[in-house]
Amino acid sequence: MARIIMENLKHSYSDRPEDDDDWALKHLDFACEDGGAYALLGPSGCGKTTLLNIISGLLTPTEGRILFDDKDVIGLTPDQRNIAQVFQFPVVYDTMSVYDNLAFPLRNRGVKGTELDQRVRKIAEMIDLNDTLHQRASGLSADGKQKISLGRGLVRSDVNVLMFDEPLTVIDPHLKWQLRSKLKELHQQVGTTMIYVTHDQIEALTFADKVVVMHDGSVVQIGTPVELFERPQHTFVGHFIGSPGMNVLSCDLDNGKALLAGEVVPTSPVKQHPQAGAVVEIGIRPEFIHFDKTGLAVEVVRTSDAGRFSIVETRHKDQSIKLLVPEGADIPSENAFIKFDQAHTQIYADSRIIT
Amino acid sequence: MTLILKDVTLKVGVDTHIYPTDLELGDTGFNILLGTTLAGKTTLMQLMAGLIKPTTGEVWFGGKNVTGVAVQKRNVSMVHQQFINYPNMTVFENIASPMRVVGMNKAKLNQRVENIAELLKMTPMLGRNPGELSGGQQQRTALARALVKDADLVLLDEPLANLDFKLREELREELPKIFENRGCCVVYATTEPMEALLLGGHTANLYQGRITQFGKTDKIYRTPANLKSAEVFSDPPMNIATVTKRENHVFLNDTVSWPLDKKYRKMVDGPYTLGIRPHHVSPMRTKGNSAEINGKVLITELGGSESTIHFNFDALSWVAQASGIHSYDRDALASFYVQTDKCLYFDSNQQLVEP
Repeated sequence: MARIIMENLKHSYSDRPEDDDDWALKHLDFACEDGGAYALLGPSGCGKTTLLNIISGLLTPTEGRILFDDKDVIGLTPDQRNIAQVFQFPVVYDTMSVYDNLAFPLRNRGVKGTELDQRVRKIAEMIDLNDTLHQRASGLSADGKQKISLGRGLVRSDVNVLMFDEPLTVIDPHLKWQLRSKLKELHQQVGTTMIYVTHDQIEALTFADKVVVMHDGSVVQIGTPVELFERPQHTFVGHFIGSPGMNVLSCDLDNGKALLAGEVVPTSPVKQHPQAGAVVEIGIRPEFIHFDKTGLAVEVVRTSDAGRFSIVETRHKDQSIKLLVPEGADIPSENAFIKFDQAHTQIYADSRIIT
Repeated sequence: MTLILKDVTLKVGVDTHIYPTDLELGDTGFNILLGTTLAGKTTLMQLMAGLIKPTTGEVWFGGKNVTGVAVQKRNVSMVHQQFINYPNMTVFENIASPMRVVGMNKAKLNQRVENIAELLKMTPMLGRNPGELSGGQQQRTALARALVKDADLVLLDEPLANLDFKLREELREELPKIFENRGCCVVYATTEPMEALLLGGHTANLYQGRITQFGKTDKIYRTPANLKSAEVFSDPPMNIATVTKRENHVFLNDTVSWPLDKKYRKMVDGPYTLGIRPHHVSPMRTKGNSAEINGKVLITELGGSESTIHFNFDALSWVAQASGIHSYDRDALASFYVQTDKCLYFDSNQQLVEP
């Protein structure tokens, strides 16, 4: 186990990076505390896999250092770094039994006898594979195979960090659910530092204590799931996290008051005044809007029933505003009034929060 | 146009892949096939398309018996989970390809491609090759090709499964609009209950080669006809328990019971299976009629706006889902409240007890 420090990391796949677009990873300074659960979250092409490969040692960064505790690991191979990785698709030795699959990393390191047997059985118990230990791994379903990949990462006691690269992609939703909570449970049991890479916000938020949100090669926010949800620092975070994402509405700012098509909307207090000419927007999550007797006059355009809540799309002047209404609550048809929860109404200037 | 399956079965060797199936799919709104991997969704689509011939039974389309009519002779298009495009052709040529095959005149062909590209926001990419596009754009190219020939039957087999979370959200919203008023029969396969709900229309629940229920999507979500349907159409999984009905009460165990609603008065005394969705089990007392369960917390997942708590009581594992942040330590003892008016009861044949 180790604390992992990323210092001034930059990476470009081009030999001679010239402009900003040449950098797959623009700049990163971040430390993963020992024993923490982290997620790297972002859309395809945001640089998250690049970062993962830099940590594991498959890729040498163009600039910057990586430290495991106090030791600089740049130049060390993946096996010298003592990391374990679980990939998108399960990797198992088909001809071996479940037991031998789990024992493989230990045997490679010369662990034998009762110590080996005890560790394998302990891990098998944790991942619920103790009944299938002597079956061939090839006979298992996708989630069973993925559990083996996971178990192989957990079985070694000397692993510095366990990394997951979209590990639930090939798993059915109802099993995804089980495996996801299993991962979290295992993290609590073994306490290894874990880094989980995904584009799926639900997986990231439910697994991690801290989520690193990436966009276009840059980190846009690092925070707990609650921070990312309640105070997105950037409109991208607001949009990307939450389903549907935050409403981002263009507005005017007059003496610290937000005006939505001329109407004053109460918001969190403005902390820094935007530069002249900045694009000013209100950010409000659908969860923090409700129908009321007074407020902004809107037209209800569409309602989608999502089971435990409905997504209601409304229109205010020429802007679309979505809100979530819990199951069973009344939804007006056509004309209605909505109100924003003031404490959760933020203002953004050039996409950055100013409230 | 309407697609009708009449007592269709499919056997491969001694294995039955599709059990006797009767289904009538209309041309207003999506027809969703919901089920896990290997439930038979793709097989059923292949039977509908005429890619495989049923062992027994008939397939009718638009009032004609099309059983055994080859797919080439019917106006069908299909989109797969893994998008397939011609890598050496431009996006324009990819979209135009089905009409080149039938030799459509140039002016008409150009017009069609341009219209469909506009609809799917692909106009700026028409001159590029698929390899230069993002996953979402590539899947849109495949969708455009399926749409351009104005097929009577459109089969979409998990078309969004390989896309990023946010793109999936976006296309899920666009798709029903695209097919609105086209008069074609659209069938859409998915493993995700939430996706089925948001797409609306009608849904067929599939389990191991059988349709367990078919009806309006929101209706079968709220009143599953049997336990299997309830399980197929629930994410996170529905909480299940064996309960006893005695006089006018339901007994969950020796200490937890609640009065049964008057509408169930005709239920005979005895054992039943209880089904309750996680969002109807809350860590907070919401209404006076809630029954209290004392559980031991296994794990808490905080998703930003909502908390999901896995807990055990008696020998059961249940899940509670509530908005807001509710954090518990592992093994903490906590109270959970069941919204008893949302309980579903299934008899010994696993059929829903209708009020």
